[in-house]
Amino acid sequence: MTVTPVYLRTDVAPSEPSRRIVDDRPRLLLTDEHDMCPGCGEPLAVRCFCEAIEDLGQGNNVIVVAGIGCYTTFSMSLAIDTVQALHGRAPSLATGVKRMKPDTVVFTLQGDGDMVNEGLQEVIHTAARGEHITCILVNNGVFGETGGHMTATTVLGQRTKNSLEGRDPDYHGYPILIGDMLAPLQGTVYCARASVHNPAGVARAKRYLKKAFETQIARQGFSFVEILTMCPTGWFIPTNEGPAYMDEVMGEVHVTGELKVDGVLRTTEDLKAEWARKAAEAAARGGGPSFDVEHTPEGGEV
Amino acid sequence: MEGSEAIAEAAVVAGCRFFAGYPMTPFTEVLEHFAVKLPKVGGVCINAESELEAVGMAWGAVATGNRAATGSTGQGLSLMQESFSEITMAELPIVLFNIARGQYDYYQSTRGGGHGDYRQIVLAPMDVTEAVEHCQLAFWLAEKWRNPVLFMGDYLLTHTYEAVEVTEIDYGPVPDKPWAVDGSSSGTLDAKLVSSLGFDKVGRPHVGPQAHWLRLAEKWAVMREQEQRSETAFCDDAEVIVVAFGTLAKFVRYVVKELRAEGHRVGYVRPITLWPFPEPAVAAAASGSHVRTVAVLENNAGQMIDDVRLSVLGRCPVVAIGGISTDGSGFGMGALLDPAVVRERILSALEPVSA
Repeated sequence: MTVTPVYLRTDVAPSEPSRRIVDDRPRLLLTDEHDMCPGCGEPLAVRCFCEAIEDLGQGNNVIVVAGIGCYTTFSMSLAIDTVQALHGRAPSLATGVKRMKPDTVVFTLQGDGDMVNEGLQEVIHTAARGEHITCILVNNGVFGETGGHMTATTVLGQRTKNSLEGRDPDYHGYPILIGDMLAPLQGTVYCARASVHNPAGVARAKRYLKKAFETQIARQGFSFVEILTMCPTGWFIPTNEGPAYMDEVMGEVHVTGELKVDGVLRTTEDLKAEWARKAAEAAARGGGPSFDVEHTPEGGEV
Repeated sequence: MEGSEAIAEAAVVAGCRFFAGYPMTPFTEVLEHFAVKLPKVGGVCINAESELEAVGMAWGAVATGNRAATGSTGQGLSLMQESFSEITMAELPIVLFNIARGQYDYYQSTRGGGHGDYRQIVLAPMDVTEAVEHCQLAFWLAEKWRNPVLFMGDYLLTHTYEAVEVTEIDYGPVPDKPWAVDGSSSGTLDAKLVSSLGFDKVGRPHVGPQAHWLRLAEKWAVMREQEQRSETAFCDDAEVIVVAFGTLAKFVRYVVKELRAEGHRVGYVRPITLWPFPEPAVAAAASGSHVRTVAVLENNAGQMIDDVRLSVLGRCPVVAIGGISTDGSGFGMGALLDPAVVRERILSALEPVSA
């Protein structure tokens, strides 16, 4: 797929007046408001899957099973039939839902504490069964709801309320890259990691989600999308530094890209090497904007 | 038909279309029969990777409005307790099977190991014939009350062959299920939320935990009044009232009839529902001036005896004539499961108390 980069023209007046993003509220949201902290990435992730579902024409044929975390308040504000699960248990509930309603789109909404800590075995076995559901992980590397505690995805060196001097591998162990565990399983047909810390990342997240839902609708098997979300509150940094922290700290470990697509398997190490190669190419070009066709949102303005 | 097959067959006849479980003696054969029977009627049986997932899967299935069940031994049900509590709070009509090992699980089934206030109807059949009824009754009661119902069996029940015919029993209509999710309300203001906290979607009146839990407590109070089931026999002039449930109650019925024929003044009360416990029935049996003792025969160190004491309320002495009795494996019942031993225990309660 070839996409021509579209640069934002700043030398002429815009062709249409600016719009407030709130006016474009997805139909699958019941309210303009959310209960998250300023700077939180989760509402962006929610918007991405709402739009992806609508784009696929599944807005009246979708069921979500929500885990427990900050995002749980979206159980009440999503215009989506919702089953509220216990912490970690969403994949098993979604399995029961999907087996009884095989013609609906069924997905889970879980955080890293929910999916990678408490519910790790659930998501792995659901993937291994090739269950026709999509599991969405909103990963901020911290238990946000309890006030900023270490999870299984907290990166080394990250300071949390129970790793005050930073996550120490000798004392706390290493972070889990859940996508790398799920992608090699035969039941997994699509596996990707995105981030919502910049507009390109948001567009990519939505594109990955659409691919995941498409594989589900085609009854190909299990699909998984991890979305890295900012948590300035739980990272104990100023709100506006969230995207940069994501880029420089979390994103260095939880590298974005597709880990399994069309039968091609890549590891996080592979993705890291690809990003390094692109950065080197950009540097060779003399820096400046590097719009890799692979990573430019379709028709999007960057 | 073996008890385990009769249970699965009765569940399918009752409309159960989803089962998830994890093999565990003496529950395993129930799972095996569901695995064979459900696909034949368009249902699904999943061999879950643990009891935690098994109950989760059944929870999801029942949230779609289908009849669904899970089960295990008491050990497996220990793992499921967190979900039982939440499912009860979410008012989902799930059916749970406990095919108990030798330790029995009266406390677990009637008190539960989950969090907060929650109640489940517990049916304790004494034989395969009654199990076939109870299995169907369980699905009906669950939907009638929007509340989990637990079926309490054991090794003997599931491994005994009885000549039974599994035919559909019509217990009457059940309420509609406007709460069930099917995805079609999505994209509208009528989108549904199946939650244990009493919350609802934005724009609809929120009840919240306080009012939700109060309403549930009121529901359980009504259930406690209306759903007690028990069998009382030979109590009119009895000096000793034996209280027993399930498999042991079947032995008690036999032995008491034998003792009556020999002229002993003994009767029995058999709780059929363990929750709600048939307190008035036990109290009535223990009320006569002819009653010397209420003797509780159960296969553990003393669990149901608490409810018997709470029913008798000091009208007469309550004594335990059962006790821990298991086989070498811990799966089945030990020496107590013998009419001669049961007879001996009841006779000991009939002996005049020395001054």
